[in-house]
Amino acid sequence: MRDQIKDLIETSDVALFMKGTPQFVMCGNSQRALDALRRAGAPVTAVDILPDPRIRQELSALSGWPTIPQIFVGGELIGGADIVEELERSGELEQTLRAKLGDEFGTEERVVVVA
Amino acid sequence: MDAATRVKGLLGEAFAGDEVSVEDRTGGGDHFQVTVVSTRFEGLSLVEQHRLVYDALAGPLADGTIHELRISTKGTQ
Repeated sequence: MRDQIKDLIETSDVALFMKGTPQFVMCGNSQRALDALRRAGAPVTAVDILPDPRIRQELSALSGWPTIPQIFVGGELIGGADIVEELERSGELEQTLRAKLGDEFGTEERVVVVA
Repeated sequence: MDAATRVKGLLGEAFAGDEVSVEDRTGGGDHFQVTVVSTRFEGLSLVEQHRLVYDALAGPLADGTIHELRISTKGTQ
């Protein structure tokens, strides 16, 4: 499972580890992060951490970040909901997306199941 | 000691002499907004700044005291 999570982080343009799915968000902070990423047009790969407690354990072991949501852009941890919102306010979120993904990044959202 | 007092105490130790505030967002003692203004944040990325706050609150994060944590950090300049 850890390898699958690591692979998702490294190969997804934008990986969002959240409680619930974009279609059915189970936590206010996950919603805040998703909303900010959507406003920036980010191509979000969403992973629901709720189905199995090991997903969160393995993720936090990899990232050293204790809370959910966690957002990675181009394989690098950007932070949680507070940071993503702050980066959006300062205009840095879009800059980061462009810097990491190029100017012509896609905007398509997808959901991946970790098991 | 209630959870907010514990959280504030831990932040006060980790960021001695800095401006620390803790708000219990729901009144339930487990959803907190913490704000820290510290010279230690200068030159650090937001991820690094928040990591310092998480380090200070590792105990209550690990034992389930904190269910939800919102963090706001600022350098002093």
